[in-house]
Amino acid sequence: MNAVEFVLAGMLAAATPFLLAALGELIVERAGVLNLGVEGLMAFGAVIAFIIVYHGGGHFLAFLAAGLGGALLSLLFAAIVLGFNANQVATGLAIGILGQGLSALFGKTYESLTVRGLPKIAIPGLSDIPVIGGLFSQDIVVWLSLLAAVAVWAMFAYGKLGLIIRAVGENPKAAHAIGYPVIAIRFAAAAIGGVMAGFAGAYAATIYTPLWADGMIAGRGWIAIALVVFGTWLTGRIFLGACLFGAVSLMGLAAQATGLNVPSQLLACLPYLVTIIVLGIISADRRLLKLNGVASLGEPFERS
Amino acid sequence: MSRPFLAALPILVRRERALLAAAVLAPPIALIVTVILNLGLYVAMGGDPAAVVYAMLIEPFFSWASFSEVLLKAGPLLLIAQGLAIGFRAKVFNIGAEGQFVLGAIFASAIPIWWPDATGQWIWPAMLLFGTVGGAFWASLTAFWRVRLNANEILVSLMLSFVAVQLLNYLLLGPWKDPNGFNFPQSVMFQYDAMVPILIEGTRVNVSIILALLLSIAAWIFMQKSFIGYKLQVGGLAPRAANYAGFRESRAIWLSLLIGGAAAGLAGAAEVAGPLGQLQRSISTGYGYAAIIVAYLGGLHPIGIVLSAVVMAALYIGGDNAMVSANLPVAAVRVFQGSLLLAYLVAIAFMRYRLAWRPAATRSPI
Repeated sequence: MNAVEFVLAGMLAAATPFLLAALGELIVERAGVLNLGVEGLMAFGAVIAFIIVYHGGGHFLAFLAAGLGGALLSLLFAAIVLGFNANQVATGLAIGILGQGLSALFGKTYESLTVRGLPKIAIPGLSDIPVIGGLFSQDIVVWLSLLAAVAVWAMFAYGKLGLIIRAVGENPKAAHAIGYPVIAIRFAAAAIGGVMAGFAGAYAATIYTPLWADGMIAGRGWIAIALVVFGTWLTGRIFLGACLFGAVSLMGLAAQATGLNVPSQLLACLPYLVTIIVLGIISADRRLLKLNGVASLGEPFERS
Repeated sequence: MSRPFLAALPILVRRERALLAAAVLAPPIALIVTVILNLGLYVAMGGDPAAVVYAMLIEPFFSWASFSEVLLKAGPLLLIAQGLAIGFRAKVFNIGAEGQFVLGAIFASAIPIWWPDATGQWIWPAMLLFGTVGGAFWASLTAFWRVRLNANEILVSLMLSFVAVQLLNYLLLGPWKDPNGFNFPQSVMFQYDAMVPILIEGTRVNVSIILALLLSIAAWIFMQKSFIGYKLQVGGLAPRAANYAGFRESRAIWLSLLIGGAAAGLAGAAEVAGPLGQLQRSISTGYGYAAIIVAYLGGLHPIGIVLSAVVMAALYIGGDNAMVSANLPVAAVRVFQGSLLLAYLVAIAFMRYRLAWRPAATRSPI
């Protein structure tokens, strides 16, 4: 397998944790809430899922529990920022630290253990095409994540629910005035974001690299938040961004396999460097950010 | 919809004026709540609460050996948190102090690594200076990205922290690895003159804690008494008003990040020139992230931060004690830190709001 085939075959699986977490964060931010705790939510989901799969509970139960765990932690965040109007940046950071701490605490006795991932499901015919065939042989979670992306896109493009969420994020006062329960909708969005981040962590720890190590999320949650900015709050662009990061994280491995003489540390910081560079390029176009950005992002809503 | 359920909950009503007592009481109340919650967690995990309380909360203050270590750890936390708080008050969220701290350590280490045989009392001050420059340099990348490219400083500074750690790994596994170090990823041990003088005989407490306290006073004067500090705070509280008054946002961003980066870099330099005595991987232990909690817990106020830095340092030492004597996993400290900040953020809400069990008045729709 050459490098191109290798990257194409693995790209979607590598992109899945980014995609799931970023879709969740997109829904939360569209509702006007900035949750910076994604890294912690993912770590928390990851450890829950790993423990369940390790003890033979199966992947379905593991994802269910990880989603629930992510939702609970995210609802704690929501209770503090929505219930007490606390600073969203500080609260998000605290949730991040708490989630990472809990994952290290619960995962301590599972350090360096491995589990079995999931088999790949190939689409007959398409997966036999040379070079790009690898794209069509993925595990079930990758396929479902793509469906989730389409669902989120459709919700915001055509659905009434998407319209309500956007109204709450753009102008909470107006949304409240026409009778939408702003706080309840923001709570619900935070819960969905938590579920998605929990799934993302579960995928990373039980399928993508099915082993437990403290700190294994390695900044993916933060990159997911950056992806929402890259995608200028549009689902399709977020999907492309996730694929880019999937490919970038594989390029390191591919470069090493081909015996390229590059320090492994440079390859390891490739995703972070790419994040910094792309963030600069996208953000420099202020109109682009304004056009699709969320007007009341991060601002508390006070009924007066 | 969920109206009946929400109606049963008390609501927050904004106070006429912020309650100062709540601001002062919030940190101790948050600490007590956090201790109770975390003890519950340890008991649920099968720990002995009495042993944990003794190791975490009492021993750090009542044994001189432990308390001197608390002072040693408080130094870097204090330095970094003072720098960050200035930015936070200006609403510039530098989350990348960890990376700036690592760069400070790297810059400072360059001197003893390149000139291992140099002697003279100029070496450690030069290292501290270099470290300060290194931290400020790393933060300046974020400032440039934020001011010129409009990129979010939270994300950029954090990504740069990951890069800094990889840079450290590269140096320690490659060009700066001690050739006689049995292949350990660490530099040579520094010469005597590269070490910050010890302050209290028989302990590891060194001059850098004095430096941290002096800079805390400087931070207090800067924020409370100087015009630039005033401009920064106004910019944070009311960006539009500040703009009309001719206070430029870009200057506030540059200033906040450079101060934060310089302070974190100085802390990193003091760490390699102090307790470590060499550059090693373990330099990056999350001081930069813990300092964010220290800054908030101190109410972003220079005096409050001195107190919260000591509390947080005691928590680290207490956590180490509890790991040995009460078999508490080291990760419990991170859980404690995270929940402490959350409890504080809830407690501080009562400075601006009070709870009311019924809506003040039900308004007619029009």
